[in-house]
Parts: sequence; C-alpha cells; structure tokens
Amino acid sequence: MYEKHIMICGATGCLSSGSTKVSEALIEELEKHGIKDKYRLVMSGCPGFCEVGPIIVIYPDEVFYCRLKPKDMAELVENHLVGGEIVERLLYKGPDVEAPARFYDTIPFYAKQKFNVLRNSGVIDPESIDEYIMRGGYRALSRAMEMEPQAICDEVKDAGLRGRGGAGFPTGVKWGFTNKAPGPKKYIVCNADEGDPGAFMDRSILEGDPHAILEGMLIAGRACGADEGYIYCRAEYPLAIDRLKKAIEQAKEYALLGDNILGYDFNFKMNIKEGAGAFVCGEETALLASIEGKRGMPRPRPPFPAQVGVFGKPTTINNVETLANIPLIVKEGGAAEYVKVGTEGSKGTKVFALAGKVRNTGLCEVPMGITIEEVIYDVGGGIKGGREFKAVQAGGPSGGCIPADLLDLPIDYDSLTKAGAIMGSGGLVVMDDRTCMVDLARYFLSFTQKESCGKCTPCREGTKRMLEILDRIAEGEGIPEDLETLDNLAHNIKDSALCGLGQTCPNPVLSTIRYFRHEYEEHINENFCRSGICKPLFNYKIDAENCTGCTACARACAVDAIKGEKKEPHEIDQELCTRCGSCIDKCRQDCIMITRVGSEADVSN
Amino acid sequence: MSAINLTIDGREIEVAPGTTILQAARQLGIDIPTFCYDPELAPNGACRICVVEVEKARALVASCVAPVGPGMVVHTESDRVVSARKSVLSLLLANHPLDCITCEKTGECKLQDYCYRYDVASSEYVGAIKDLSYDDTNAFFVRDMNKCILCGICVGKCQDVVGAGAIDFVKRGFVTNVGPGFEDPIEDSSCVFCGMCIDNCPVGALIPKYVTGKGRPWQTEPVPAVCPYCSLGCNINLHIKDNEVIGVSPVEESPVNRGHLCVQGKFGWDFVHSGDRITAPLVKSDGVFVEVSWEEALDYIVDSIKDVQSRFGPDALMGLGSPKASNEDNYLFQKLIRSLGTNNVDSYTCHCHASSVDGMVEAFGNAAATNSIAEVAETGAVLVIGANPEESHPILDYRVREAAQKGAELVVAVPDMVKLVDVSDHYLPLKQGTELALVNGLANVIIAEDLLDKAFVEKRTEGFDQFKKTVDKYTPEHVAEITGLTAEEIRAAARAYASAEKAAIVSDAAVNKQTGGADFVKALANLALLTGNVGRESTGVYLPYGENNLQGSADMGVHPNNVTCYQHLKDEKVREKFSRAWGVRISENYGLSAAEAFEAGKNSGIKAMYIMGENPVACGGDKAQIADYMKNLDFLVVQDIFMTETASLADVVLPAAAFAEKLGTYTNSERRVQLNQPALEPPGEVFPDWAVLVELAEWFGFEWDFAGPEEVFAELASLTPDYAGISYQRLSEGGLQWPCPADDHPGTKFLYQDSFSRGLGLFSAVEYDPEAEAESDGHSAACCTSGGHSCRCLSETITRRSVISAFKNSCCV
Repeated sequence: MYEKHIMICGATGCLSSGSTKVSEALIEELEKHGIKDKYRLVMSGCPGFCEVGPIIVIYPDEVFYCRLKPKDMAELVENHLVGGEIVERLLYKGPDVEAPARFYDTIPFYAKQKFNVLRNSGVIDPESIDEYIMRGGYRALSRAMEMEPQAICDEVKDAGLRGRGGAGFPTGVKWGFTNKAPGPKKYIVCNADEGDPGAFMDRSILEGDPHAILEGMLIAGRACGADEGYIYCRAEYPLAIDRLKKAIEQAKEYALLGDNILGYDFNFKMNIKEGAGAFVCGEETALLASIEGKRGMPRPRPPFPAQVGVFGKPTTINNVETLANIPLIVKEGGAAEYVKVGTEGSKGTKVFALAGKVRNTGLCEVPMGITIEEVIYDVGGGIKGGREFKAVQAGGPSGGCIPADLLDLPIDYDSLTKAGAIMGSGGLVVMDDRTCMVDLARYFLSFTQKESCGKCTPCREGTKRMLEILDRIAEGEGIPEDLETLDNLAHNIKDSALCGLGQTCPNPVLSTIRYFRHEYEEHINENFCRSGICKPLFNYKIDAENCTGCTACARACAVDAIKGEKKEPHEIDQELCTRCGSCIDKCRQDCIMITRVGSEADVSN
Repeated sequence: MSAINLTIDGREIEVAPGTTILQAARQLGIDIPTFCYDPELAPNGACRICVVEVEKARALVASCVAPVGPGMVVHTESDRVVSARKSVLSLLLANHPLDCITCEKTGECKLQDYCYRYDVASSEYVGAIKDLSYDDTNAFFVRDMNKCILCGICVGKCQDVVGAGAIDFVKRGFVTNVGPGFEDPIEDSSCVFCGMCIDNCPVGALIPKYVTGKGRPWQTEPVPAVCPYCSLGCNINLHIKDNEVIGVSPVEESPVNRGHLCVQGKFGWDFVHSGDRITAPLVKSDGVFVEVSWEEALDYIVDSIKDVQSRFGPDALMGLGSPKASNEDNYLFQKLIRSLGTNNVDSYTCHCHASSVDGMVEAFGNAAATNSIAEVAETGAVLVIGANPEESHPILDYRVREAAQKGAELVVAVPDMVKLVDVSDHYLPLKQGTELALVNGLANVIIAEDLLDKAFVEKRTEGFDQFKKTVDKYTPEHVAEITGLTAEEIRAAARAYASAEKAAIVSDAAVNKQTGGADFVKALANLALLTGNVGRESTGVYLPYGENNLQGSADMGVHPNNVTCYQHLKDEKVREKFSRAWGVRISENYGLSAAEAFEAGKNSGIKAMYIMGENPVACGGDKAQIADYMKNLDFLVVQDIFMTETASLADVVLPAAAFAEKLGTYTNSERRVQLNQPALEPPGEVFPDWAVLVELAEWFGFEWDFAGPEEVFAELASLTPDYAGISYQRLSEGGLQWPCPADDHPGTKFLYQDSFSRGLGLFSAVEYDPEAEAESDGHSAACCTSGGHSCRCLSETITRRSVISAFKNSCCV
C-alpha cells in the first residue's frame, strides 16, 4: 500500500511547461530521502488548468500545487511529504482568490465546471485499466451486453447526446442508421483527427482516459452490430497513440476486446490508424478514404457512412468526446442523470479549449447552456492584463466570432449557430481590443486555404481569392467593392462547396464582417487598423505627456527608431519603425499609442 | 422500390429510385453543365458547376451526385444557381491561361463553352495564377497543368478504368495539381499512353503532340474507322483535314470499346502518312526495284504465274492472304487463287494462333470466340491464364478490371506480377510453362469437390470419363509441385471459378508450345465444359487474336480446306455452290497450309507465291529458312503498304492502300463484322487491295463485275449462311456479330446456347508435358505469360513506322 498518490500532470500543456523535469526532480528528492516507495507517482491526464502548469495533485491530502519548478521539489518533499505541512507558496494564487486555494473546490477556475468526460482525467493512471475499472469503467459495457442493440441506440438518443465533433447530429439516431443498415460487416470509427488550431480536448481525453474511448466504441459496436473499430488519430499525438495501444493490449488481456467479450456472443477488433496531419481528414468521408489508404479527400454524401462507410461497409463515425460520453449514459441509471445537465436541445457538458487573451487558459468542461460571459469571466478569469474584451472565436476555422454585446449568449448548438458561430469541436479563442478582426479572418482563412484538399472548385480557388482580398485589405490596398466581393464569394462557397470544410470556411470572414464591418471599412476607407496589427495601417506614437523617459522602449527597439534623452519624453522615427510591437510590450506607463498613419488624431491605446 | 416523382424547372418527371438529379434532368432534355461528371466513374461531385437549387435544401446540391427524392422541386437555372455557376467559372478563369486564340482546345473546350453560356468574359478575381512547367518529355502528348481545372476525370480513368495508376492529385489547397507521384514527368510514371486522359479532358491541359497547329476541331471531319491493330476491333473516329489524319478519338457508343482506347488505337495510326509507303508498282530488274506502270506490272504477274502453272501445274501457285486486309480483300484474294485452279491459300501470321484454333475447333467445333468482349464485365468470376491482356488486348483488360470492381472473383494465374493482380482475389504466380498442369489441377478440384455442372456435362458433352481419368492424377498436391503454388491456392482458385454463377476464361490466341499450345486450349475448354460455363451470357473462353482481321481472313476462306465461314471443301455441295457462283471449277484437291509449304527439308512443290499484306520472313519461325524459301521461288509477288522483309525478296511489289484509305469490313475477335469508311485518298498510284485484285482478275481473263466493296460483300454474304443477313446498309448502323443468317436477325452475342458446332462439346484428355519447355524453340516463348507482348511474334511492320514505337510496352504489329 502506498501512503499517498502523487499525480503529476503528464498532459501536453504541462509537458510543455516542464512537468517532465519537475517529475525527475521530485523522484530525485524522494530518493534522497529514501521514501520513494511510499508513494505512487502517476503521470496523469490533464486537470485542465494549463495556465498554471506544471501541476501536481496529492491524494488523499487533496492538495493542488501549481506553477511548479524543479527547484520547488525539495521544499515540497521536505515540508509536505516528510513534514506533513502544506507548502502554501505553491498553492494557487490569483486576483480571483483572497487566500491561496488548496484544492479544486476552492479554485474559481473549477467552480462552474462539471466533470463528465474529464471525470477520470488527472484522477487515474491513464495506463491502468484497473484504475479505470475501479472508477466504474466497463460497467456500462456489461450493461449494454444485456440490452437489445436498438434499445442502446434509443437510450443514447433519449439522453439527447449530440455529436461533439461540431455538427451536433444526434448520436443515437446515427447509431440507429448503422444498426438498421443491411450486411454482416460493420465498423465503428473514432474520429480522433483533432485539427482545429488550438484545440486539444480530444487529445486530453485520449491521453487521460483512453479506456473511456474503447468502452464507448465497444458499446457503439454492440448497438450498431459492428465487430471492428478504427481509431483514426493524428500522428502528431504520439502520447495518445501510445496510451491507446497500451489500453487496447490491456483490454485484450481482460477479454474486453477480441472474441466473446465478457462471455457474450460479441466480438470486436480494434485498430489504430495514424493520420498524417491533413486537416480535411477530420471530415468523415475524407477520413474513411484515408483509412482505406487513399488520398484523404471528401466524397459527396449520400451515401452516408451509415450505409456506405469504410471499405464500403456500414460505418458509424463518432468523435472522441462523443464516445467519452457514452459510458456515462449507458451505465445503470446514467441516462436519467445525464439529461439533468444542459439545455432542452443540448444535453450534457462540453469541453472547451480556452485560449487567447484570457487569464486562465486551459481545458474546461462546462454544462451546456452556460453563458459565454461565465466561461470567459468566471472560468477564464477575465481578460489578461485587464484589457477590454472584444470577441470570442467559437468553433475554430469553421466557426465565427461572438462580439461583446452577445456575452450573455448561452452556449448550446442552436444559439451559437444562430449567432453565426458554431459549437465546433470546442475551441474558444478570446480576443481583446488588440486583436484586429480583419487579421483574425485572414488567419483562419489562410489555414483553411492551405488545408483545402483541392477537390472542389469553390473551396480550392475561392478560399485563395478571399485570402488575397483580405491580404490586400490588411496591406492597405483594399477597395470599397472588396466587401461586396468577399460577401458574394463567401456565400457562393458556403452554398456550393463539396464538404463541411468548404461550406464552413467562409464563416470567420462572414461573422467578422457581420459584427465588425466598421473595422473592415476603417481599413479600406481610412487606411487604419485600430488594433495595431496590420502594419502598414498604423503608427506607434509615444504620448509625450505620460512618457517618463525610462528608456525601456528605446532599449527594446531593434532598429533604433526610438530617440530621446533619459527622463525626457521619447519619440519614434516613423521612417525607421517596423511596428514590431517590442516597445509597446516594454512600456510600463502604457504611453505608446496607436495612431493613424500621418495623423495624430484618433489616438487609441 | 416504386418510381419517384419530382419536378424539374416546372416539369414533372417519374424516374427510378437512385437516379441522380442530373440524369433525371437529361431525360427531360434539360442541359445542366458538368466538368467532372463521367457516368462510368465513381460519383465525384468536385467541380460544382452542376449545382442546382432544391427547394427546402440548405445549400445548393451537386446534381451529378444527388439522388432524386419524392416530391423534390428542382430549379436548374435559378438566380442562385446562376450566381454559383458564374462564381465557379470566374474562379476557374482567374487561374487559367487565357490563350484561347492559340489553344488547341478552342471550339471544344467546356470552360470556354460555359463561360460563353453564362456570359463570363473575364474573372472578377485578380491574384496568383499557377505557374507550372510543361511536361512534354514523352512522345505522345503535352501536359500543361496550368490549364487543368482539376475535374479529376483523368485520374478516375487512369486508376479505375485502365488501372495504370500513373496520376493522382498531388499537394493541397490552391497548389493542388494532377500528376505522377512526386510530380515526376509522365514518361517516368506507369503511364501506358492510352490517351484516355486526353480524350476526356474538358479543357486544353492535355494535348496530343500531333495536332499542334494542324487544325481546329470544327475544321476536321470525323470518319468512323476500325482500329487496325489487335483483334478487338475498337471503333475510332479519324479526324481528317486536307487529306491528313490529325487526330483519333474513340467512339463513345461503341459496343466494343465504349469510348476506351489503348496506345495503339490512340496514337498508332500515323504509319499511314509514313514516307516509307510504296506509292507505285515495282518490278525487280537486275536486283533493283524499278517503278513501273500498273499495266506493265499486271502483265508481268499474269505472264509469270501462267508460265509457272503451265510448267508445274496449277498447284505450283500459292497465295497468302492477310489478317490485316479487309474481308472483301481476303474474299477476292482466295477467290482469285482458287479461280486459278488451286486451293493453296492460307494465312501465315503466327503459327501460335493456329494451335489455339485447333484446340477450339476440337472442343466446340469452331475457333471463333464464344462470347462478346462486353460480357466479361458482367461475369461472376474470371480466370486469366496464359495471357497478359494489359499489354496484348488492353480493352479486354479494362473489362476484366471492371468485372473485378463489380465484385467478380478474379483469378490471375501468370508467372509475373502484372497490374491486374492489384484487383485480383487470387494471384497464382505459377512457374512458366506449367499452365496446363494448373488447369488440369483446377479441373481435379472441381470434380473432387463436386463443383461441376453435372446436368451440363451429361446433356451437352462427351468424353468426360476419359478426361476424368486423366485429371484424377492432377491432385492439388501434385500440381502444387509442378507449378510452385500451394495446394490450397489451387483449391481456392478452383472454387472461385466453379462457384460463380457465370465465369469466363481469358487467355490469348497466341498460346505457344510452352503453355502447351492446342492442348492447353483444350484444357481451358474442358474447364468451361465441366462447369457449364459456355453457351451462356458472360461465360466462355476468350482467346483474342493479335491481328485486327485474323478472324475475318479465316472467315473469308483464306484457308486451304475451307471457303467462307468454314464451309468445307470436302463437301461436294460446297464446291458445287462456289463453282457455279464463280463460274470456275474449284479444285477437289486439298490445298497446302502455310506451315506445310514452309516446312523445312520438304519440297512443297510451290514455285510461285502471291502474298497480300503478310510478312512471313519477319514473322517468327526460322526467318533465314523462310527467306531462302522465298528466294528459291520462281516468282514472288507481294502486295503491301511498306517494303517489308518479304517484299524486298519479291519479283514484283504492288502498293496497297492502308486501312484509312479504303472502304471495307473487318471482323473482330467476337465475330463482329464492322464497316470501315475511307477517310483519306491513297497516295500516288496506290489502290485498295480489292481494286487491284479485280483488275488482276480481269487480266487473267475472269469476268468479275464489282463496282466496289459493297458488291463484293453482297456476293460473299450470298454464299455464306453465317453472313447472309449482313449488308453494308445494316453495318452503317453498327457492327453485327455472325452468325447472322437473315436480314432481320440481330446477330449472335454468344455461341452454343443450344448446341456446339460439332454437336456435343468434347472433353479432351490432355497431359502436361514437362519436356515441352525444353523443346521450345524460343519463338514467342515468354510472350504470352510473362508480361511480354503477345504480338511480339508479329512483324512490327507498321508499329516501327509509328510514334508508338517510342513506348516501351507498345505492340509490334
């Protein structure tokens, strides 16, 4: 028996902020004290709060340490593990708490979250099937074995689960289609080709709770009459693939995969297919082509995969997060519990990747129906640096932006669509007043344009032309007709592109024009980018009244464009200035302003 | 399922479920534009020009892939649709070189046509355009991918129809392109230069080199012709301008090739314009050919032949007809030779064909193909053995591939990995020369596992017991030892062939000693008889020939023992009928076959020979011996389009018109008689063979009264029951497959529905002879089974004068 469980976050966010080194230091310290064997060290799944990583959670003490460095480990071992004293210095602190917060229940980031699909992430050892089982894992599967396949479909349908990949199609209905499709051979495919920039919900689930996906797929297999599954996971997720492989081996040992699963007349073979990083392979028909070894290009639907799927056989394709919901719904009494969370049309929770100018970046799972404001201000802790909230991009490159006056919009499939965004896979990029909306549209379009498979004309050619127009506008070469051209082209692409990627890729452009038309017009008609992003369209200017002559800006300037004596107001030589923004980051007085080119009016900062 | 009613542009229509909106609209005569749609390819839906508005649908739908639904209301030219189409055109145009003035495609470019239709004069989008380099490394066509609109039809044809897999989409986004892997030159890819990408390209991205600057589409006149290469007889259109062929296109509605071609049909016609053509009669004087007048040449021929015959008797003359000349030419040729009192008339193309003819005749009573080419695509199992149709008969290969795609079990039993293996279910890489053993082994399994068609064997065949006794020895284990396969592979292949409701065997008439020659063909026939896979649609044994009119020349009586369509000369009634019709006395003596005549060390007694369109000296066998034979003749006349190895040994050489220069019929491997229209005036003093023969007959003193090939055909049809119902008038509507005994007979798609030509089908007890390989003379040894070309035994007379000689896999006819 171990005295304590020490969960070191081994998920992507914390790994990149250095949790491997922290873990090494911890082990070194424990060995120094000769107490290593007393503790079970686990590289755990993601607790979500990436902003404050690396994170260590200690059970049963229920202590959440964050922002850890290797050098903190000596103190942590000495004081906490040996001395039994909590190291207050390493607890969560922030403007939203009065005193250091000791555990999840007192950290505001977690206050409004509801852990359904992330229930095991950070809590169990993702490489231990036993821990998964101890947390109730595979019980839903054993219940499903006693159910009629159609009854499973109905239960999932009645629970109101909608596809978490973005489109929100009712999962139970989809299963029913495959169940009813004729033929002895059917497949379940897990779409783990998460590709939206900044999104890592699926990755965290796969890395933190791989058995939940296997269980979800097995239940889907039972419900659809399928005996083989593919997990299509992008090769850029080596840890997720590694954990899935281990989980599959363990499940085989436990007779949860293979022939006669749990003693029933039910066989299931699980395969992993690594995707090579094409965004379009997240589109289901392209994904199927890719599994078959063909070039990942979408094909027209119908026929839908439920009729003609992978290798021509009926196939159900579900997203990772969707599948992670399944055990919760199908377990004894699960469905009744499940429907209690969410709204009329959108049940359960949704995991979001919070990114951008928000204070608490990371992964959060919130009940459907929560407002944008709650997510950004309560979970996200508001805008970084106390700046002004401008908009949030929901749904990644296929989604749209939601402006400040829609902050009270509830997050559910239908409200988001109505507002011109989409639920998407769950990316939320928060933007402040320093974000240029033309540039935002341009960023997402440059992504989709590069990732267009090239098959259909509107997407292949149209995104390029839209991008060129946006490039021109950002360069100050825009003409008034550009907005109409953009609008027409965007609508024609939406109307006539072949697949979901093409049909949704104009959304960022359309929604920014819808809510921030004035910014476009300002770029085109006044050659001004108020956010200070489109370099030819603004100047930096130092506010002489507030400048203290600290010289920080001048020292930061790589091209020596800032002149001025010490303790005297400084000035920027516009000829030399490259508008790199280094000075603005260094100025402590906030006195570097964005001005129109050749003008001193319209000052903003 | 019941029919579906919908409304398109205010007009109601009822169609079958599964019909696409595009198909339904076309039934109403509504023209929806398409770039990427091709009915034989998988639904694509890429170009989006065919979008239509369906009421209540969220977005526009691509009509080429969207199925109709009950009560659907469709608008094909609404404002929304037109706006989207204009947008697509504008987007394509923005990235397309606007060199229409000099573009070869002008006039038949879909992009141009649709821009005209929707009034898109220029693009509203200004920006980057593709700047890719030309690929003109190959001999056949230029690939200008800057013009490509990425419809993907070429990719579909190349991968799914042809199976070459030379091209695919490469890269992503705006820089997506079509080309070979790693964007290598097409020359270095697996391209087979069939030209189907060119024929189906909607824009000017793929242009054959020969057309450049030669003429606009509307300036050329398409003339229907029959491909002069292999025996499948593909229908082509020759595009003619100023007495020059400047292009070839496949005939879309052809039942033979259905718009498909191979490198020979697409590019192999240029020999007709070769500078090597003989353009006037030549007489050898002191070892050198001198151009003479026709009168002089004919005089010389008549005198010389009469002289030989008067000195050595009528049987001192022999005629060799041509598997490349028309039916009319061959009919008149044997008529002339027989009118001169001898039956010494034969064809000498390749004696490997002879063994397959013998095998088929023995088993079924007739050498002709049992079934039609198109039927292969609909069969349930195909056994490909002793053949590589990919190179010898590509169109047949496409049909086998199509069958496999439609779910047929495909067994490929060849020594080497051919492309067909990619789509096969059973690949049996057997040892070269052990094919016969394998076929006997398959029969053994079929009998042992009781997979045979007992009713068929009982009612329609004879010789089963003897046959069974022989194949009983060929257990899978024993055959495995011989062939190098495993017993289980052999069993699985036998089950695949025998279990299908319909199964076909595809081999090659150019079978040779190594595969067992006639015995091998008999073994194949045994397999078909054993399983009842003959005499029904989509079954049978396919043994296509190498030459375009080998079937026709045999049908026309270019044979020592038969007159037209195998009417045997030992039958006095036949002799009587032809004697009366021709006004001559047909000799009762059997003629000599070509093989007998040329047999080494024998004195055949032949002193004069008349060879029309054949080149025995270059065509396999012991070339030096045959050349000596020719040199020793008292008189040799050769009629050909080029100075062949044989012609160079002649005393007189008569020029002949090429296929494109003469009217006539050709009969393909599926017994389909097809009309070839003259597209060109022959060069110089050249006349069609039939005209030369009519003239020569007159000089010999016969009263032949033919104004043209149509009258020749009418005569031969009147004397040939199988051709009796065929006429030029009917053929102008399309080919007819014999037997076609009456004017209202539709022709015969497959043979032996009720009985075989010999009555019962005959099982033959044939044994694998391990010595055969050792005996093989090397002639065409590996050609049929090892990926080499089955026509390698042919003389290359025309191939070497065509651009297709540049292609490593090209045929050598």
